[in-house]
Amino acid sequence: MSPDKRQTLKSLGALSLLALAAVSVGCGSEPNDGMVTIYSGREEEYIAPLMERYEKETGVEVEIKYGDTAELAATIVEEGENTPAEVFWAQDAGALGAVDDAGLFEALSSETLSRVPTRFRASDGNWVGTSGRARVVGYDSRELEESDLPESILGFTDPEWKGRIGWAPTNGSFQAFVTALRLVEGEETARRWLEGIVANEPQSFDDNEAIRDAIAAEEIDIGFLNHYYVAKAQAEDPNYPVSSYFPVDGDAGALINVAGAGELVGGDEEAAAFISFLLSDESQRYFGRELKEYALVPGIESEPELVPLSSIEQPDLDLSDLKDLNGTLDLLRETGAL
Amino acid sequence: MEQGVGPAIRRVATQASSRRAPIGLIVIGALLALAMALPLVYLLITVFQSLPAALETIWNWRTAELVARSVGLTIAVTATATLIALPVAWLTGRTDLPGRRIWLVVALLPLVVPSYIGAYAFISAFGPSGLLQDILAGPFGVERLPSIIGFPGAWIVLSLFTYPLVLLPVRTAMSRLDPQLEDAASVMGRSPFRVFTSAVLPQLAPAIAAGAVLVALYTLHDFGAVSIMRFDSFTREIYLNYRASFDRIGAASLSLLLVAIMLVLVWVEGRTRLKARHRTGPGATREPRIWKLGSWRYLAVGFLALLATFALIVPVAVLIYWATRSFAGSIEWSEIVTAAGHSVLLSGSAALIAAACAVPIAILAIRFPSQFARWTDRLSHTGYALPGIVVALALVFFATRAVVGLYQTLLLLVFAFVVLFIPLAIGVVRTSVQQVSPRLEEAARTTGRSQFSALKTITAPLIAGGVISGVALVFLSAIKELPATLILAPIGFETLATEIWSATSVGFFERGAIPSLILLAVSAPSLYLILGRE
Repeated sequence: MSPDKRQTLKSLGALSLLALAAVSVGCGSEPNDGMVTIYSGREEEYIAPLMERYEKETGVEVEIKYGDTAELAATIVEEGENTPAEVFWAQDAGALGAVDDAGLFEALSSETLSRVPTRFRASDGNWVGTSGRARVVGYDSRELEESDLPESILGFTDPEWKGRIGWAPTNGSFQAFVTALRLVEGEETARRWLEGIVANEPQSFDDNEAIRDAIAAEEIDIGFLNHYYVAKAQAEDPNYPVSSYFPVDGDAGALINVAGAGELVGGDEEAAAFISFLLSDESQRYFGRELKEYALVPGIESEPELVPLSSIEQPDLDLSDLKDLNGTLDLLRETGAL
Repeated sequence: MEQGVGPAIRRVATQASSRRAPIGLIVIGALLALAMALPLVYLLITVFQSLPAALETIWNWRTAELVARSVGLTIAVTATATLIALPVAWLTGRTDLPGRRIWLVVALLPLVVPSYIGAYAFISAFGPSGLLQDILAGPFGVERLPSIIGFPGAWIVLSLFTYPLVLLPVRTAMSRLDPQLEDAASVMGRSPFRVFTSAVLPQLAPAIAAGAVLVALYTLHDFGAVSIMRFDSFTREIYLNYRASFDRIGAASLSLLLVAIMLVLVWVEGRTRLKARHRTGPGATREPRIWKLGSWRYLAVGFLALLATFALIVPVAVLIYWATRSFAGSIEWSEIVTAAGHSVLLSGSAALIAAACAVPIAILAIRFPSQFARWTDRLSHTGYALPGIVVALALVFFATRAVVGLYQTLLLLVFAFVVLFIPLAIGVVRTSVQQVSPRLEEAARTTGRSQFSALKTITAPLIAGGVISGVALVFLSAIKELPATLILAPIGFETLATEIWSATSVGFFERGAIPSLILLAVSAPSLYLILGRE
C-alpha cells in the first residue's frame, strides 16, 4: 500500500469513528420522566398523526421503535426485564399473548380495561384491544354480487371456486383466522376446509394488500383478507372494483381480531396514561374513521359504510387463545397450504 | 498445472505450515472468533432451554425436505452466479475492453439492490400481469407467460443479485496473478483457452471458492427474494416460526442447522485452498498480460450490456416507473437525505472495521494453518450464514444482559454489521494473502525483523487491494441491511433501508422507490471511489 493510500484509509477510519461517537451521544434509551418509549408493530404512516396529538396535549415525549409485530414481540422476549420499551402496541392478539406468556406485562388498571368489551381484551387483564379488524371475503364487484357468494366461508370449498381464490397462508391474520376456525368449528372441519380450498388451487400471496390488488387486477375473483384494506381503497376511489362480504353471524369467518397494547415491566405512569389515551373517544374515532378499522369502545361509531361491530356476532372465542399457532401451522403444512 | 509447476508450489505450502503464529495474532484471532460466534452461543443457549422440542424440529421429514429444497436452490444459484462472474471478471480485468472500469462498477452495482426489491421488480416486469405480459399480449397475443413464481424466480433473482460476490474476489485475484505461469503455458504453445484452463483457472480456484461460498451463504440466509417468489426455503421457515408461532426454539433449532450447513460449505472451500498454490516467483509485480479482444469486443460489450439490462436496468426502470407515480409533494426530502447520511456512515464504518478485522483472521488462516486458525475462520462465518433477525436477537440477548449501556446505540449496530458481514471481507483478504509468497516474509525475517514487523512491512502493502475490495463488498451489502437495523438501531435512527421498509410495509411501493434509487445513487460513486484506488 502506498503511503498516501494508507493515510487515506487511516483518516477515513478515524473520521468515521469520530462521527459514530458523535451520533452515539444522545441516542441512549434511558427511561426518563416526561417520556414514553413504545415498540410499535403499527405503521408510522397510520399512527404518526395520533402521536403528534398526544405529545401536544400532554407534553410527554413519545419515542417509538417501529417494526414487524412478531419480530418486536421476539425482541421484547429476548430483552426480558431489561426492555427499554414501556408499551408494546401490536397488530394482533397473538403477539400480545406471546409477550404476556413470557410474564413481561404489568397488569392494566380496571378503569382502562373496562373501556372495551371483555371479548376484546386479555382474560388476565394484561393487555387491551385498541381497535378491531374483521376478516372478510373481498370480491370482484364487476363480476360478482353478494348473493353469488356462499353464506358461510366454509362454502368456498365448492369446485365452482376453482382457480378463483386468493389467500395469504403465511400471513399472521390469516393464520389467526384458521386458529379461530379450529377452536370454533373443530380440527376436523378446519382440516376439511383447508383441503377443500387447496383442491381449488388458490393463488398464494404474501399479504392482504396483494390479495386486494390481485382482485382489482382481475387475477382472482375472491380473496380472504382484513376489512380495512378494502375499506381504505373504497374511501379513496368510490368506484373501486373490490367489495367486502361479511360472512354470517357466528361463523369463524366472522372473526374480529384486534390491534392492542400492553404495559411492559418497568413502565411508569406515563405508559399507563398512553394506553388510556389510545382508548379515549377521540383516538377511537381516529381508528374508526381515518383508519377504517373498528372502534372498540362502545358508543363510538366507526365508518358508517361498515357492518357495525355490534351486529357481527363474535364466535365464542378468547382472543388470547389465538397465540396457539403451532397446531395451525401443522395443519397448514399437512394440508399443503404452506 | 500438473505438468511442471505443481510440485514446487506444494513445497512452499508445506514450509508455510510449519511456523508458529505470533502470540499477539493468536489473541486477536481468538477474541474475534469469540465475538463473531456470539450468535452461535445464543442459539445453543436457546436450544438447550428445551432440547426435546429442538430435536423434534430438526428430526422430521418437513425439515429434511426444507434442507433439500434450500440446498438445491443454493447449488443452482451458486453455479449460475459463478458462471456469470468469471467472464465478467476476465473481461473487465484482463482485456482491452473499452470502458473497463465503468463496466466493472456497473457489474458490481446489482449487489446493492435489496433482494426483495429485485424480486418485486422482476415480478412487476415479468410476472403474470407484469409489464412484459402487457407488451406481448397486444401484438403477439401471448395469453400468459410461463410463471416465474417459485424456484425459477428465486433462482434467477438470487443469481443476478449475488454474482458480484464472486466477481470481486476473482477480479482482485486476477490482478495479482503470477504471469509467469501464463507465459510458460503460452510458450508451450497452448491456445488462449487452454492457457486459461490450465494456468489461470487453478490459480483462481481459491478466489472462486471464496466467492462461491459467499453466494451460497447469501442464498441460504436470504429472506426477501424467497418470500416474494414464494419459494419455501429454510429461511422462510425460520421467519415463519418467529412471525406465526412466536416459536423461538423452533427458529433457533433451524438456525443451528444453517450453521451446520455453513460449516460444511466452509470446510469444502478450505479443501480447495489446501490444493491451491502460492506465488512462486520472487514477487516482483509485473503488469499482467492484457488480451486484445479485437472484433470480439462487440460480443463482450453485448454480453455485459445484456447482464446489466437484467441485473440493473430492469430493477432501476421499475423503480423509476414507481417513483414517477408517487406524489412528488409528499416526499420528505430532508428525511431521505438524513437517512442517506446515516446509511453511508453506518455501512462505511462497518466496512472499514470488518475489513480491518478480516486481516488477522486471513493471515492466521493462510500463513499459520492449524486447527485454531481454521476454526477462527469458520466461526467468523456464522453471522453471514444466518438470517439478520437471528443475529439481531442474539445481540439483543447479550447486550441487555451484559452491556445495557450499549443497547440500541450505534456502536452495537456497527458491531452487528461486522458480525453479519465480515466473511465478505475475509474471503477477498484471504485470497490476496495467499497470493503473497511467504518467502518474501522469510526474506524479511532473515534481515532481523520480527514476524509481526515482516507481516506489517512486507505483506500488508501487498494485500491492500484485497482489503479495499473487502471494504467495498461489506459496504455494498451493509447499506441495504434491514432486520438488524430495525431491531438494534437507536430509536428514531432512520436509514435508507428503513425508509424503504416503512413505505413498502404499508403498500406504498411508489414511495419506497425514491429511497431505493437513492440507495443505488449513493452506492455507485462510493464504489467508484473505492475501486478507483486499485
